[in-house]
Amino acid sequence: MTDQGEPLGPAPSVRAGVVAMLPITVGVVPFGLIAGIAATDAGLGLAEAVGFSVVIFAGAAQLAALDLIGRDAPLLVVIGTVLIINLRMLMYSAGLAPRLADQSRARRLAGAYWLTDQTFAVSIVRFDDDRAAPVARWWFYTGAGLALWSVWQTSTIVGVVAGETVPEVVPLGFALPLAFLSLLVPTLTDRPAVVAAVVAGTVAVAAAPLPANAGMPLAAVLGILTGWLLSAREDRKVRA
Amino acid sequence: MSRVQLAWVALLAGGFGTYLIRASFLAMAHRVAQIPERWRTPLRLIPPAVLAALIAPAVLRPAGVVTLLGPRPLAALAALGVALWTRSVIATIVVGLAAAIGLEALFG
Repeated sequence: MTDQGEPLGPAPSVRAGVVAMLPITVGVVPFGLIAGIAATDAGLGLAEAVGFSVVIFAGAAQLAALDLIGRDAPLLVVIGTVLIINLRMLMYSAGLAPRLADQSRARRLAGAYWLTDQTFAVSIVRFDDDRAAPVARWWFYTGAGLALWSVWQTSTIVGVVAGETVPEVVPLGFALPLAFLSLLVPTLTDRPAVVAAVVAGTVAVAAAPLPANAGMPLAAVLGILTGWLLSAREDRKVRA
Repeated sequence: MSRVQLAWVALLAGGFGTYLIRASFLAMAHRVAQIPERWRTPLRLIPPAVLAALIAPAVLRPAGVVTLLGPRPLAALAALGVALWTRSVIATIVVGLAAAIGLEALFG
């Protein structure tokens, strides 16, 4: 064991979590703004925009849902898309669970609400850093979650208000695919990911006339399967 | 169902399901919590596939007809360049919107 002294208490740990999250919230603000703007654009109001941000609290899934609602997609397609996009959080839940195993179940279940790409990344990095002072983990995680949550809700509200005042010539609906684009680029880390994206994009364009927006989920599934097959084949080659 | 009603049902159901996903392994942290190796790849491929499936039709088929050389595809291309080059969300959106406005005026 490395000698790092006593772990920080709850209050300093919360503070450390907030401080670790702050730089990351800068990158989250544009998505919060767009979540607000997209709600307005889809014909919804402030209550719905905040409802999405409080209840779902996951950027990409919210934006996708608003996009689909604006195009009159059926309810099941909207809900299914939210759940598919958020399935990745299974990995975060599994990654965090052993590191919070000593916490009470109530704390773990409450903390699940804060679990996002950002809180996961910030917490794992700190928990696994042997050189940093040890923190009270659940409190650090909660501080990081609270900081992100506050920024997310605030920027959603600002987005709703701003969306109503932007001049007509700005094609605000186009901000949504652009926001998705900036989320997409960092995920293209290897060949299977690029292939999954190219296949999904191509199928989605070809299948766009299908009723009930069925083309979108179909395209995503085909993209994932193709990338998965390619990845399995590459693995076999490495082993051979 | 009105659009507002649909939005509420979607956000409550989607939020509840999302919470179950978040809580999955955290709820049973005292037991062995591991995602089998073979499921990691498809989980990792979900974001690029879903995002591309949302972007491509909005860019290449904004009005129902496939257009490769219209204002939207060209503006998206400019935005893609900015995203690859700067990784900045704000720069990507601002450049994409500005290009769309400019090209829209140009193409008339």
